[in-house]
Amino acid sequence: MADVKEELSQEEDTQKGKFLTFLVGREEYGIEIKYVTEIIGGIQAITEVPEVPPYVKGIINLRGKIIPVLDVNLRFKKEAREYDDRTCIIVIDIYDLCVGLIVDHVAEVVAMADEEIAPPPDARSGFHSSYIKGIGKVGTAVKLILDCQCLLNHDDFSSLHQIA
Amino acid sequence: MESLLDIFVLENSQLIEQLEQTILCTEKSIGIDGAVDEIFRIMHTLKGSASMMMYDNIASLAHSMEDLFSHIRANGPDNLDNSRICDLVLSSIDFLKNEIGKLENEQAADGDSFPYIQLIEEYLNHLQAGESELDAPESIYAPAPPALDGGVFSTPLPEQLPRYRALVFFSPGCEMENMRAFGIVHRIKDLVIIEDYIPSDIAANSSSSELIKQNGFDLVFSCSLPAEEIRNLFIKDPFVDSLELSVLEEEYPETAMTSEEEPHIPPVEERDCSVECKEAGAGSGLHLVNNRGNHISVNLQKLDLLMDLVGELVISQAMISLNPDMSLAAQLDGFQKAARQHSKIINELQDIVMSIRMVPLDMTFQKMHRIVRDMNKKLGKNVVLEISGQDTEVDKNIIDHLSDPLMHLIRNAIDHGIESPEERARLGKPAEARVRLEAKNESGDVYILVSDDGAGLDREKILARARERGLLSTKDRDLSDADIYSCILRPGFSTCDQVSEFSGRGVGMDVVASNIEGVGGAVVVSSTPGQGTTVSLKIPLTLAIINGMQVRVGQSIYIIPITSIRESLKIRKENILHDPEGRELIMLRGQCYPVIRLYQHFRIKSDQKDLTQGIIIIAENDSRSVCLFVDALLGEQQIVVKALPRYLGKIKGIGGCTLLGTGQASLILDVAGLFEQPA
Repeated sequence: MADVKEELSQEEDTQKGKFLTFLVGREEYGIEIKYVTEIIGGIQAITEVPEVPPYVKGIINLRGKIIPVLDVNLRFKKEAREYDDRTCIIVIDIYDLCVGLIVDHVAEVVAMADEEIAPPPDARSGFHSSYIKGIGKVGTAVKLILDCQCLLNHDDFSSLHQIA
Repeated sequence: MESLLDIFVLENSQLIEQLEQTILCTEKSIGIDGAVDEIFRIMHTLKGSASMMMYDNIASLAHSMEDLFSHIRANGPDNLDNSRICDLVLSSIDFLKNEIGKLENEQAADGDSFPYIQLIEEYLNHLQAGESELDAPESIYAPAPPALDGGVFSTPLPEQLPRYRALVFFSPGCEMENMRAFGIVHRIKDLVIIEDYIPSDIAANSSSSELIKQNGFDLVFSCSLPAEEIRNLFIKDPFVDSLELSVLEEEYPETAMTSEEEPHIPPVEERDCSVECKEAGAGSGLHLVNNRGNHISVNLQKLDLLMDLVGELVISQAMISLNPDMSLAAQLDGFQKAARQHSKIINELQDIVMSIRMVPLDMTFQKMHRIVRDMNKKLGKNVVLEISGQDTEVDKNIIDHLSDPLMHLIRNAIDHGIESPEERARLGKPAEARVRLEAKNESGDVYILVSDDGAGLDREKILARARERGLLSTKDRDLSDADIYSCILRPGFSTCDQVSEFSGRGVGMDVVASNIEGVGGAVVVSSTPGQGTTVSLKIPLTLAIINGMQVRVGQSIYIIPITSIRESLKIRKENILHDPEGRELIMLRGQCYPVIRLYQHFRIKSDQKDLTQGIIIIAENDSRSVCLFVDALLGEQQIVVKALPRYLGKIKGIGGCTLLGTGQASLILDVAGLFEQPA
C-alpha cells in the first residue's frame, strides 16, 4: 500500500508544474499535463451529432471508446478554422469525463513553477474570461492556463447543462 | 474482488429461492415428504455459512428449521399438515430474505428471528408430543408478522406437563438485563417448553432491560422436570438475584398475561390447496438442484466487459478485412482465406458470449407461484397459475427488469381481473380461475403474455376516468380499444375506488410500462368483457447487440434498429400530400403518414432533397408510424450498442451510438424519440 502511495505521489510530482501548450488562433494556451491522456495527430472522421452546441463537432472512435470532440476555436467563439495536417485532438480526462479538444497545433510540454503563474487580471479591469485560470510566463512568452472544468461546462447551453 | 459478504448474499439468496420453490412445489403436489432431504440440506448449508459469517439470528433460525425437518425425516411424514409446515417455512423464508436483503444493502442483519424460532419449536414440540393435528391451536401455523415486538404467544401445551411461572430478578447493576434474560431462555429452551415471557422483545429491544429491572423477567413454561431442578437451571446464572417459581393453573395464560396487548394474529384459513403444479411440475424445481454442479457464477460486470471486448473484436475484424489498403490484396488468396476463417471464429465467439448472457425466464416465472399462493390465501380466491414457455431465454440485463412488472400484472389479474368465487359461480364460470403466464419467441423479440379469465376491463369506466383526468383528447368514436386500454398504463390511473393491500393505487401498471419501456419493449393491453384481460409485453432479446439498418443522410451514416422498421420503399409523386400547415404527408395504401426528413431534422447538409429520389423508411413505435426520408440504404448489420458519451447528455431521437466496420462512430436512431420532437 505504501509503495502504491509513493508511486502515486511520485507520478504526481513528475506531472506537477508541467503544462502541455498548444496554439489556438494566435494565442498559446497551456493545460495541466495530468489531465491529458493522449494526443491524436491529424483529424479522423468525426461523426456529427444533432442538437448540440456548434462547438461540439461530434463523436470519434478512440480505440473502441466513443468520445465527444470540441473545437476549441469555436468554444472560444472565434472563427472556425479549416483543419490541416497540424490540427490535433488532445484527449483530456477530467473526473472520468473523457473529451477530445481540437486545437490548431500542439507546441510542447513546459515546466512552470507556481510563482511563474500570475492570476488572471481582475474582472473589474474589463478583461473577463472564465476559461483562464492563470497566466504563465516562460522567458518572454506568455501562455494562458486553461481551466479545463470551465471549458467543459455547457454554460451557454442550459438545456444540456441541466441534464448533465 | 468479491467480498465474502457478496458471496454469502449471492449463494444464500439462491438457496432461499430454491427452498421457496421446493416448498411451493411440495405444497401443491408431492407433499412435504418428497423434499425433506433437500430442505434439510439447504437449511444445513445456510446455517453453516450464516454462523461462519456470525449472523446468529439467521443461523439459529436455520438451526431450528433443521430441527423440525430432522424430526420429520426421522419420524416419517405421517400425520403432517403440509399447509401448516409450508406456512411456517415460508414465513421463515420471508424473514431470511429480508435479512439477506439488508445485508445486500450493506445494512446489518439485525432482525430478530426469535419469534420464528419459537413458532417452529412450538410446532416441533407439538409434533413430538404426538398430538392429533386437528386439535392443534391456530396460532402455531399463523405466519408471524416480521417485527413481532411485544408479541405474545399463547399456545396451549401438551396437557400432561405441569406448567410453571418463573419471575426472575437480576442482581442490581448487572446491566444488559435483556441479554441475560435471553441467555436464560436460550439455555433452558431445550429442556423445557417455553410458552411465553414478558417482556417478549428482549433480543431486539435493549430498552426492555429497564422493564426487567423494574418488574422482573416473567417466564411461563412447562416441563416434566421437578421444581428443584428447574430452580437450579435458573440459579446457574450468577446474575440471577431472586427467583419466584410457581406452578400454574390451567387457564392462567389468558388471565394473567394481559400486561401487554396481545397482537392479533389472524389465523390463516384452512383452505384446500388443490392447486396443481402445471407444466413447471415438481420436477423442474428439483431438477435445478441436480444441475448445480455444472454451473459457476460469474460477476455480471466481467461478462459485460467480455461483451464489450468481443464487440470491439467484431469491429476491428471488419476494419482489417475491409481495410482500403487491402484492396490490393484482392488477388492474395491466402489472405482472403485466412480472413474468412478469422471472421467465422469471431462470429462464433460472439454467439457464445451472447448465449452466456441469456438466462431462461424459468426462475422469474417460478417466483410468481408464491404471489399467487399468498393472494389466494388472503383474498379467498381459487386461482391457478399456468406457465408455459419458461425455457425462453432473455438477456440477463432484461430479466432483472421483468420481475416487478410480472408481479404487478399477476396481482392485478388476481385482485381486479378474477371475480370472487361467488360471482364466478353465478356467471357459470369454472370455480378454478386461471392466470396464464406465457413466453414465446417471435421475430427477434420475446413476448410475455399475462392473461386471466376474469371479468375483463371496464371500457366505459376507463373512458370516464381518463376523460376526468384529461388524458384523452380525441373524440370517442376515433378511439380504438387499444387506445383506451393503454390509459391504464398511466401513472396514478386507477378505476378502483378502494385501495387494497395488493393494488388500487394506480402505481402497478405504471411500473410495468416504465420498466418495459426502459428495456426498449412495449406493453399492449387487450381485453374481452367477461372473458378476461391479456397484457402482452414485447421485449427485445438483448440490449447489447441489435440488428440495424445503415442509412446514409448526406455524409452521415445512421443506424435504424430493424425492429422499428416496418418497410422501406421509393414513392411516387402522387403519394405526396401537403396539409394546410404545409407539412408533408405520404398516402400509402389508404394510410396517411407524416414525413420526417432526417437531414432537416438533424440539420445536416444533404443534396438529396427530392422525396421521390431518396428512400422512405416507414418506422413504427407503439403502433405509431412515421416516414423517415433518407438518401440511401446501405445494408443491414449487427451492431453493438454503446451509450452516448455522458458529456453530450441525452439527445432526443438518438438512442445511442456504435462503431461501424470502417471504425467510424455512428448514431443509432431512437424512433420513439423522433415522435416526441415538436414538428
